[in-house]
Amino acid sequence: MSIEVRGVGKRYGDFVALDDINVSLPTGQLTALLGPSGGGKSTLLRIIAGLESTDGGSVEIEGTDATKLPPQKRNVGFVFQHYAVFKHMTVAKNVAFGLEIRKRPKAEVKAKVAELLELVHLSQFAHRLPSQLSGGQRQRLALARALAVEPSVLLLDEPFGALDAKVRKELRDWLRRLHDEVHVTTVFVTHDQEEALEVADEIVVINEGRIEQIGTPDQLYDEPANDFVMSFLGEVTRLGGVRLRPHDIDLSTTPGAPESHAGVVVRSLRVGFEVRLTVEVEGHAEPTLVVLSRTHARALDVDAGSRVWLRPTTGATAVPVLDVATA
Amino acid sequence: MADTRQIRARKGPVTYFLRFFVIAYLAVLVIWPLWEVTSRTFAPTERGAEAGVAAFLERLQEPSVSYAFGLTATVAFWAVLINTAFGVGISLLITRYRFPGRRILSVLIDLPMSVSPVVVGLALVLAYSTGQGWFGEALEEVGIFIIGTTPGLIMATAFVSLPLVIREIVPVLEEIGTDAEMAASSLGANGWQTFRRITLPSIKWAVVYGVVLSMARSLGEFGAVKIVSPGAEFRGETATILIQNRYTNYEEPTAYAAAFVLVLASVLALVVVSLIRKEDHA
Repeated sequence: MSIEVRGVGKRYGDFVALDDINVSLPTGQLTALLGPSGGGKSTLLRIIAGLESTDGGSVEIEGTDATKLPPQKRNVGFVFQHYAVFKHMTVAKNVAFGLEIRKRPKAEVKAKVAELLELVHLSQFAHRLPSQLSGGQRQRLALARALAVEPSVLLLDEPFGALDAKVRKELRDWLRRLHDEVHVTTVFVTHDQEEALEVADEIVVINEGRIEQIGTPDQLYDEPANDFVMSFLGEVTRLGGVRLRPHDIDLSTTPGAPESHAGVVVRSLRVGFEVRLTVEVEGHAEPTLVVLSRTHARALDVDAGSRVWLRPTTGATAVPVLDVATA
Repeated sequence: MADTRQIRARKGPVTYFLRFFVIAYLAVLVIWPLWEVTSRTFAPTERGAEAGVAAFLERLQEPSVSYAFGLTATVAFWAVLINTAFGVGISLLITRYRFPGRRILSVLIDLPMSVSPVVVGLALVLAYSTGQGWFGEALEEVGIFIIGTTPGLIMATAFVSLPLVIREIVPVLEEIGTDAEMAASSLGANGWQTFRRITLPSIKWAVVYGVVLSMARSLGEFGAVKIVSPGAEFRGETATILIQNRYTNYEEPTAYAAAFVLVLASVLALVVVSLIRKEDHA
């Protein structure tokens, strides 16, 4: 195990940021700490990096107890949401920083910097100042800088949070490919479930200072441990006595299928390739949400006012509703 | 920031009135008095002699005048040096650490700006003069005399001009935040390396700006220095005290000449500061 976190807690006055966190992150994996803002995931990351102290418990990195070590002795690479590039240094100098601190020979530094700038596709910008780079480029620079010191773990705190949607998606793919090339143990914090599902080997869901579930993206999506995980990983709706994903509902325009619920479409909203239907199901207090592909919806010819019959798709992830307060 | 020039392009009677008002105000309060000083500085030394730079230089060549300026330069140099070191240190303390009493410290730092320099001088005399004060006797025993000597002058000057450096650096430190410093430490830099390679380059211009301002303030300090110094010729007479002494002794031309040198120094400081501001926003 590359990182072992045991019994870590953190309080800010009355506010419990982290409560008895136990997690081990295996070597060479890309792990996502996923959860809503203010849930404690960034605090956990900063405690691993040594940028924040823990109130109790221990942090072990690559077999050495790092709980009391200052950040500069932990050999971790840290990437900040707002890049934290050194504004007064050129791109190449930024990347060389960690190596120069370690007093590596000049030729070695130069070669390593060239190699890393190549890796993050910034070679042609080596002599520019960070202010002349775009947000995505700055974040790649920050990554190269963190990788330069060959850290035993790479920690990224909402690395793509400050970027626009398109760049974020590009960088996300790029991070995945980079990780497949470099294989450094990587932990990144995100509140974007899509990002976590797409990039991570393993996801740790953190909410209100506690770990809700640890697992692969598939496990989390298919076997959520609780309501929170289920609803955080994607949209959730109710049908009959179960909670399930809106795209896991079979919709037909004729009655007859067993265990189907009759209802009326009250609203139809098209977003790109999908159609979101709001259906008033007989005997339900709140309406059920159904998502169909545009082509499917057109084939069925459903629109507001259509009478439909709903039932869970075979093999759908469904969680029984605990409070059976259906009207 | 938005360019306000275009918004204010229209000129009405109000604009002209305000313009006249400001110019008149400056003329009455600043320009005319300074012009008087300047003209008397270059006035002929005696009836029938030549006016101009020669007359001005002749007045400054008196040994007591050079002594006064030498003393002022020494005092200002040390006061600025002390203030720069302490200023950077205290600024870092205030912005980068959380400790009980931090806000009180932050308020105390502004105290020298609001308290009259005369009071500062009196306080120093009470605390340090031999025979009385908290430290006076102890210091006397080890043979250190502060009041009436150059170290006393330096202390008084440093006290008065300390906030100038801190008030320049603190906002910059707060603005740049701690991310870059934390990044540096995660990359293996220790505290000193982080300070020298990351923090200092970021606050460089604020420090220079603060130094120039406190230099200007130190050169012109009068109240605190007047109380602490014996204030006699060749004995603790700084440039400002010299101006006052000469003026009251009917040696006005020398006073004007010395005053002109101080004005020149301030103008120079202002020029440097405005150049820095430009550099800063480039």
